[in-house]
Amino acid sequence: MTHASVFRGSHKCTTMRSNSRPCGQTTPLASRCYSHAKVETDEEFDARWVTYFSKPDIDAWELKKGMNTLIGYDLVPEPKILDSALRACRRLNDLASAIRILEAVKDKSGPHKDIYPYLIQELQPTLIELGISTPEDLGMDKL
Amino acid sequence: MMSSKEARSLKMLHLTTGRVGCLLSKQVVVALTSSGARMSSHGHHEVSDSVDMSQPMYWDRLDTPLPDRPWKDVLDSTDKSLKQKEKGPWTALSKEEKIALYRLKFNHTYPEMKRPSHEWKTVIGGMFIVFGITGLVVLWQCHYVYPPQPHTFGEEWQAKQVQRMLDMQINPIEGFSAQWDYKNKQWK
Repeated sequence: MTHASVFRGSHKCTTMRSNSRPCGQTTPLASRCYSHAKVETDEEFDARWVTYFSKPDIDAWELKKGMNTLIGYDLVPEPKILDSALRACRRLNDLASAIRILEAVKDKSGPHKDIYPYLIQELQPTLIELGISTPEDLGMDKL
Repeated sequence: MMSSKEARSLKMLHLTTGRVGCLLSKQVVVALTSSGARMSSHGHHEVSDSVDMSQPMYWDRLDTPLPDRPWKDVLDSTDKSLKQKEKGPWTALSKEEKIALYRLKFNHTYPEMKRPSHEWKTVIGGMFIVFGITGLVVLWQCHYVYPPQPHTFGEEWQAKQVQRMLDMQINPIEGFSAQWDYKNKQWK
């Protein structure tokens, strides 16, 4: 798996230069009307979120806000982001939220059934270390 | 379970069980509050008074994994001692305790939120009832409202009309008369 967030949503395009155009078409250099904003790479995105959850004195509101925002994005978070979030739960003494986060990313994967087992596999050391049971362990993945 | 339908018929804003994917409503579950004398220690969420919307609310939503408040924040002594234990290593918690901690904070699990409902039967049934009523109205209308059919619809008239059209050779190339075999006096 690459560094990029797994199954990321739409990617922004970058400006094209006229040098690459085929013969017969002349386009002035850099006259496209694309935004000049800097596009955040997947690594930067991941790092930003890992940092967010790694705040040592993170409070419950920030955890909630962070998780709800993250789940709102069109992507399944990388294991390293989830690891950081689970550790934040540990600092806040909140096991229930940790289990909830696992449920949420499983739901986020949608029809791609292979994402969640991959995430659990990557998070296994953290889950064992912190003593977080998965919803499957607790029988909460069934109705 | 049509509690949401009944609730909406009442004047005041009643908030009942929110069900993801419910066609009729998507409403917030009232979490237990410590206000007034309505302190109950189990997850019963029937509310007789209106809810204070200025307070953080609980809701089960797939896209909001961590709601603004926990499901149960009126904790009795067993809950409190469990919460104390949660501050220690989680490896020391049994499975039942972990489930209990989850249920303190959250009402439905994700599979419970996503459970299918029987609402489609109500919808399809309602549709057919409406079709049936419409059908009855149409029947009544046919009997009482429509005037008698014109005489040109009668069997004899229609037969004479067809013969006349053939005699005139209506659409003889690709249409009506083209289908009639003039030699053998029958349809092709």
